[in-house]
Amino acid sequence: MSKGVAITGMGIISAIGNNVAENFQSLIEGKKGISRISKIQTNHVNDIMVGEIAYTNEDLVEMLGLNSDNSFTRTALLGAVAAKEAVANAGIDDINAYNTGLISSTSVGGMDMTEKYYYESFDNKSVQKYIESHHAGDSSQKIAEQLGIDKSLVTTISTACSSAANAIMLGARLIKSGELDRVVVGGADCLSKFTINGFKTLMILSDTYNTPFDDNRKGLNLGEAAAYLVLESDELVKKDNKKVLAYVKGYGNANDAFHQTASSDHGDGATLAMEKALKVADFNPDNIDYINAHGTATGNNDLSEGRAIIRVFEDKVPCFSSTKAYTGHTLAAAGAIEAVFSILALQNNVIYPNLNFKTQMKEFEITPQLELKHKPLNAVMSNSFGFGGNCSTVIFSKTP
Amino acid sequence: MKQVYINSVASISAQKTFDNAEFLNDFIDHEAVVFPVVNPDYKAFIPPAAARRMAKGIKMSIVASKIALQESGLDQVDAIITGTGMGCLRDSEKFLSALIDNDEQYLTPTAFIQSTHNTVGGQVALELQCKGYNFTYVHASNSFESALLDTKLLLSNEEENNILVGGVDEIGEHTFKLQELVGHVKKEPVKASELFESNTSGAVYGEGANFFVLSNEKQNNSYAELVRVKMFNTLPKDQLTETIETFLASHNLKISDIDLVILGANGDADYDDYYDILSQGVFKETQQAYYKHISGEFNTASSFGFWLAAKTIQSQILPAVVKRNDLKSTGFKTVLLYNQYRNENHSFTLLKQC
Amino acid sequence: MDALKQELKEFIIEQLNLEDVNVEDIANDDPLFGDGLGLDSIDALELIVMLDKNYGIKLTDPKQGRAIFESIDTMAAYITEHRAN
Repeated sequence: MSKGVAITGMGIISAIGNNVAENFQSLIEGKKGISRISKIQTNHVNDIMVGEIAYTNEDLVEMLGLNSDNSFTRTALLGAVAAKEAVANAGIDDINAYNTGLISSTSVGGMDMTEKYYYESFDNKSVQKYIESHHAGDSSQKIAEQLGIDKSLVTTISTACSSAANAIMLGARLIKSGELDRVVVGGADCLSKFTINGFKTLMILSDTYNTPFDDNRKGLNLGEAAAYLVLESDELVKKDNKKVLAYVKGYGNANDAFHQTASSDHGDGATLAMEKALKVADFNPDNIDYINAHGTATGNNDLSEGRAIIRVFEDKVPCFSSTKAYTGHTLAAAGAIEAVFSILALQNNVIYPNLNFKTQMKEFEITPQLELKHKPLNAVMSNSFGFGGNCSTVIFSKTP
Repeated sequence: MKQVYINSVASISAQKTFDNAEFLNDFIDHEAVVFPVVNPDYKAFIPPAAARRMAKGIKMSIVASKIALQESGLDQVDAIITGTGMGCLRDSEKFLSALIDNDEQYLTPTAFIQSTHNTVGGQVALELQCKGYNFTYVHASNSFESALLDTKLLLSNEEENNILVGGVDEIGEHTFKLQELVGHVKKEPVKASELFESNTSGAVYGEGANFFVLSNEKQNNSYAELVRVKMFNTLPKDQLTETIETFLASHNLKISDIDLVILGANGDADYDDYYDILSQGVFKETQQAYYKHISGEFNTASSFGFWLAAKTIQSQILPAVVKRNDLKSTGFKTVLLYNQYRNENHSFTLLKQC
Repeated sequence: MDALKQELKEFIIEQLNLEDVNVEDIANDDPLFGDGLGLDSIDALELIVMLDKNYGIKLTDPKQGRAIFESIDTMAAYITEHRAN
C-alpha cells in the first residue's frame, strides 16, 4: 500500500475545448463555454444556460469511426473521445501488454436516448437498440471496447456529482494493491432533459452565467463533459521509462449523512473528505498550494464548502477557485475534468481565475482567486461533492 | 494484507429469506415472468416519516442493512458500499414519465432526488448516521462484485475495518416492458422449479436486496472468508475453463479442491451455455448449485448467490432446492461462484470456511 | 376559506405521503415545518409546484416559501390573495 500512483496520460472534452490543449487555452484566456442550449429541445431554453459541447452526435460518431448501426449514447461518445485521448497521451500502443482496467463513472448514463425514445421504442424497431444502452455500465463497456480493453476489470461508479473523483480514488487503490498495473479512470455525462428538469425542480439552476462563491449567486449551469486519466504503477513507470504528468497523492471520501440533496451547514462531510485526503497524502494543510473547489454556485454548496475549507485550513486558506463558471457543472464528469485542470495547473504553475465573481460572501472572509496567477505549485486539492451526501477530495502532486 | 470475513448476512428476496434463523425452509415455487419479493414488515424497521419518500429498493436495502448490522453485533460500520445495476428505477420512471407526459411542467423534486443511483447508499448512510466512506457501483451484472472488490481491498489494506456491502435492484414497470420487448424476459410464465427445463429464450426477472457486514476481524460466528473476487468485462467461451483454472491456481487451488460451485444460470437457452461448459466440463465431478430459479434474474442477483454461499458454508447444509446434481461433497470448505449476464461482465468469487 | 384549508390539508397528506396523518390531525395554526408536521426543504419545493399547478401562483425564489408555508392559515391567506385561478 505504499506504492506511488503516477498519472501518465489525460484526455478531456468539455464546453471549453475538445482536447487537453484547447481546454488549457480557454482556462488561461478566461474563456467561458456557457451558452443557451441548442442540442436539446426544452421549454426551459430561456430560463437556463448550459455548458454544451459543440460537436453533434453525428460528428462524434464520425470521429470515432463507428458504424451507423451503433448504439452509442452521447455519454458513451464523449467518454470514448476523451478516453482515447488519454491513452494516446500516455503513449500506449498495446493496451493489453499490461494488466489494464477501466473505471468509469456517469450519473446520466444513457438517459439522453431513453428520454428521446421512451414511448417510440415500442413501435419503432430501429431505436430499440438503445434500450440496452440505458444502464450506467453500458458506456463503460463501450469505452473499454474502444480502447481495446478486454478480459479485464471494467466497472462504473455513480455517486452523483462526486462520481469521477471516486473513480480516480478506486483506480489509485487498485494500483496500490497491485490488483492492476495500469488503469484508465474518469467519467462522462451528457446533457439531458432529465437532469435539466430535475435540477429545475430543486430551483438551483441559474438563468444566467453561474457565479461561484459570489454573495448573489443564483445557482448552477449544467454542463456536459468527459475526461479520463491513465494511472500507472511505479514499477511500470520505471520499466518503460514513462513521462509522469503528476501523481495521485491523496484521496478521501466521506458522507455528510445530513440530507438527501443539501450539504450540512458547516460542511461536515466535506471537512472529513479533505482531512482524510491530507492524511493519505501525509500532508499538512500548508502543503496545498491551490484548491480547485467544487464551487457549483448554488447557495448551499458554496457556503458549506467555504466553511469546510476554513475548518480544514483555518487562517491559512490557500488560493482557491471554482472552474464551474467555465464549464458548467458536468455532474459525474466534474471530478475528472477538474482533475485534468488540476494537473494542468501543476504542470504550468498557474492558478485559474474564479470567473464572474463580483460580491464578497457575507458569511466568511475568504475570497476566491480572481485573476490568473502564476506561482510555483507542488500540490493541488480538488473537491467534488454530490447528492446523497457524497463528499470526495483528491490531491494531485508533482512528486510521488 | 489482512484476511476478510463475512460476519453477517441479510437477504430480502423472492423467497422468505429475511429471517436469518431459517435457510430456505419453505420454497415458494413462483410461476411468473417476474418473481415478487417476500416483504418483511418494513414499518418495524423504518419510521413512517423517513419511509414516506422511499421507493421499494430503498426500503428493502434499509431493512437488509439493519438486519445485517444487528447480526454483526456492531452499532456502526466504517463504510457503506452499494452495488445496483439500475438504481432506483421506479422513481426514475416516475420522473421521466411525468416530464414527457406533462411536457416539462409541474414537475416535483422528490422522484428526481430519489432517482439517482446513489440514493440507496445515501439513504442507508442517513438512516445509520454513517459519515464514513460511501461508494455506489453501477456496472450491470458486476455491480455487486465491484462493491465486493472495493470492500475486500479496503479491509485487506486496513483502510477500514467493518464495511456494510450490498446489492440491490428493483423492478421498474416501464423498463421491464422494454426488456420484454427486446426478448430479455421469457414470453410465458415459468414455474421456478422447472426454469432450467424451459429451454426457451430470456430470463425470469426478480428484485431484491442482499447486504452483508464484512470485516478484517474474524468473529466466532463469522460465516466465511472472502478470498477473492475477480471480474472480466469480456471472456470468450473457449477461454472460460482455462481462466478459471488460472484463477484457482493463483490461490494454490485445483478444480478438485472446490467443494461447491454456485453458478448464475438463469434458464435463458441463448446464454446458459457458459454455465454448461463448466457444469458438464471441469466441474462435472463437483457438487453444483443454481439459484436464479428461486431469486429471479436482476443485475445484483449474484448478491443472492453470495448469500447462499455464505449460509451454506456456515451451516454446512446445501438446501435441496438449489442442488443441481446428486454429487455429495464431504463438506463445504471451498466454494466458487461464477456469474455472467448475456455473455458480459463475468465474475469469479472465492469463499472459504473460516 | 375553510374549504380551501380542508383542500390544502388533503393535498399535503396525499402529495407528501403522510400515511399516518389525518386531516383532523392538522390544526390550522400548526407549524408545518420543523417540530410541527415535520416537513422539510424538499416538501417546500413540492408545495411550490402545488401553488403553481393548482392556483396559478409562481414563486421564483424558494426562500419565499418559508413564510407562506408556515401553517395552513398562512398558506390559505396567501393563496386567497394571489390566486390566478
